[in-house]
Amino acid sequence: MRIKNHPILSFDTEETIEFSYNGKKLRGVEGDTIASALHASGIKKLSESIHLKRPRGFYCAIGNCASCNMVVDGVPNVRTCITPLKPGMVVNNQVGKGKVYEE
Amino acid sequence: MIEKDGVAPLEMVMKEFPDDKEVLINPKAIIECYKEIPCNPCETSCPFDAIHVGEDINARPKIDFDKCTGCGICVYNCPGLAISVRQLQGDKAILKIPYEFVPRPEKGSLVNVVNRNGDVITEGSVKRVQEGKNQKQTCLLHVEIHRDFIYDAITIEVPRGS
Amino acid sequence: MKNKEAVIIGAGPAGLKAAKQLLEAGAHVTIIDRNKKLGGQLVKQTHKFFGSEKQYASFRGIDILEILVQGLKPFEDRLEILNETSVVGLYKDKVVACVKHDNFFKIKAKSIIMATGASEKHLPFENNDLPGIYAAGAVQTLMNEYGVKPGDKVLMVGSGNIGLIVSYQLLQAGVDVVALVEAAPQISGYLVHASKIKRLGVDILMQTSIKRAIGKDQVEQVEIWELDEVWQGIPGTERVLGVDTVCISVGLAPLTELLMQIGADVEYIRELGGNVPRIDFRYETSIKGVYACGDVVGIEEASSAMVEGAMAGIHAAHDLGYTVEDESRKLKVLQEELKFLRSGPHAAKVRAGYTKLEVKT
Ligand SMILES: Cc1cc2nc3c(=O)[nH]c(=O)nc-3n(C[C@H](O)[C@H](O)[C@H](O)COP(=O)(O)OP(=O)(O)OC[C@H]3O[C@@H](n4cnc5c(N)ncnc54)[C@H](O)[C@@H]3O)c2cc1C
Ligand code: SF4
Ligand code: SF4
Ligand code: FES
Repeated sequence: MRIKNHPILSFDTEETIEFSYNGKKLRGVEGDTIASALHASGIKKLSESIHLKRPRGFYCAIGNCASCNMVVDGVPNVRTCITPLKPGMVVNNQVGKGKVYEE
Repeated sequence: MIEKDGVAPLEMVMKEFPDDKEVLINPKAIIECYKEIPCNPCETSCPFDAIHVGEDINARPKIDFDKCTGCGICVYNCPGLAISVRQLQGDKAILKIPYEFVPRPEKGSLVNVVNRNGDVITEGSVKRVQEGKNQKQTCLLHVEIHRDFIYDAITIEVPRGS
Repeated sequence: MKNKEAVIIGAGPAGLKAAKQLLEAGAHVTIIDRNKKLGGQLVKQTHKFFGSEKQYASFRGIDILEILVQGLKPFEDRLEILNETSVVGLYKDKVVACVKHDNFFKIKAKSIIMATGASEKHLPFENNDLPGIYAAGAVQTLMNEYGVKPGDKVLMVGSGNIGLIVSYQLLQAGVDVVALVEAAPQISGYLVHASKIKRLGVDILMQTSIKRAIGKDQVEQVEIWELDEVWQGIPGTERVLGVDTVCISVGLAPLTELLMQIGADVEYIRELGGNVPRIDFRYETSIKGVYACGDVVGIEEASSAMVEGAMAGIHAAHDLGYTVEDESRKLKVLQEELKFLRSGPHAAKVRAGYTKLEVKT
């Protein structure tokens, strides 16, 4: 779901940065955040809420709301909407306060 | 009603045209800016001093058809995409409209022309695709249609969700 | 703790204009912003702006941003930019607590200019936390900064300028906007923006709102319904739309938390978007040497934010002891500009708000 042609802007669409998400290999582009790379691959659910286990995606995209928190390289509560994607990152869905989500 | 759906009724639109249709033998800018907003690039961009907003930039723009040459400069400078240039040529009408989508239609291609409600009303043929640095990425499309649609036509159909 | 002269929090149009005035007067300036790119809201605005030449009307937001940043270039030796830095605390002795990439540090300022802008409001409805429901600004960030489509089919909620403009930007990105709903009986943004999307086939529905979102792990459908005069849903008018994205654009609230923390007088003024600082006509808050400008003192436009920023910058420079060339004439011209920007029917709310706040405009 990357924008290929845009009347005003131009984007890098070459997916060269490899990372893993819940064990799957995915790719993102230079300049992506973790959340934008996941979204570009069609993944919108990033975590589950603490009490009711409701699915959560990002909401504000500027690091304000914590709804995009994920476990990144073993560290929980990473705001993936503002964290730049790096090669080899291990990204997992987060359940509640910081457990890794199991399918 | 325009306040509810953004569609100007035809009576409202007609008031923005010259009273005498013969004036449109030459291309003229038709301004559809119906509500006062703090804005005046139409006035400041016109090299022929044909549009007047005045000191209070909230006033609605007024056009002097005698001065307007139909050059189209105000069309791509208007942030509201509220201006088009219209001309009658025999049984045809030529429109110059602002266009900010890709891909651009090709010169010579046939396009669907829509009314203010977004309904396709006729087919048009693209006479020119005018681009220029000073247009700041707003392309000026020259589209030829049947003269019957000179009031109704507003832009061309854009493929949805491509 | 490092000592700084003028510290500007927020690098949107207000902050950048304030910086320019301070630098021109000779001050040392530190600009702090949590984003990587300077420009605030302008970073995401691909459309041509309203206003007059003085506020760069007819330039796209992203190009105005370039102009503002270029304007600071001649003063680089007196300008420090702390980007990707969040201000997390503000204390009475003008100590600013910051976090950059997990590093916490404090700086002490002689004067502070608050230009933090605003945050987006959310809307209560069933399942409003499902993935696929985003604030309009988030949709813009995703699509205009990262080049990623938020989805394929969108329901836009809210007919203010932001809802109308983001709908247009979605269409430009190749995303279908199925409908735009608005609770009020009339379009609240500029009609020219509404006409732009209507002619491209977007359904614009007044007195209509979202009742609930439907979907298991993400939005698959939404139910909308009509509202009566007192904004209550009318049973029996429900309709289901097939969309995968809901974009919420129901208003902004000034980001005033830091000003409250420092103890500045703040007042709730509905017309200005929420809690706003009490400022005097010099844009100084109730705390000496702390100024505020732009959306944080009342939700308006980039055009007015730039004018306010320039005025706050001039006053701050003056109070720091610098001579601002042609000060009184400059201020008079800016005051005039602001008066005209605020004199139209769309600015009625803002005028009412400032009357309540008893600020001379
Ligand atoms: C879709 C859309 C379209 C618009 N169209 C127009 C238009 O056509 N014409 C027009 O004039 N206006 C328009 N506007 C409005 C305009 O963008 C805003 O009014 C303007 O940007 C406000 O400027 P500002 O400098 O006050 O705040 P902002 O631009 O919001 O900048 C505030 C900055 O402060 C930073 N910040 C906030 N808190 C902190 C903190 N704690 N630590 C560090 N940094 C912080 C933010 O990251 C941000 O960069 C539009 C807005 C939107 C959303
Ligand atoms: S078409 Fe040209 S001459 Fe006519 S009003 Fe516009 S800019 Fe002026
Ligand atoms: S430039 Fe366009 S939107 Fe602005 S006042 Fe002129 S016609 Fe209206
Ligand atoms: S989406 Fe709000 S913090 Fe990431």
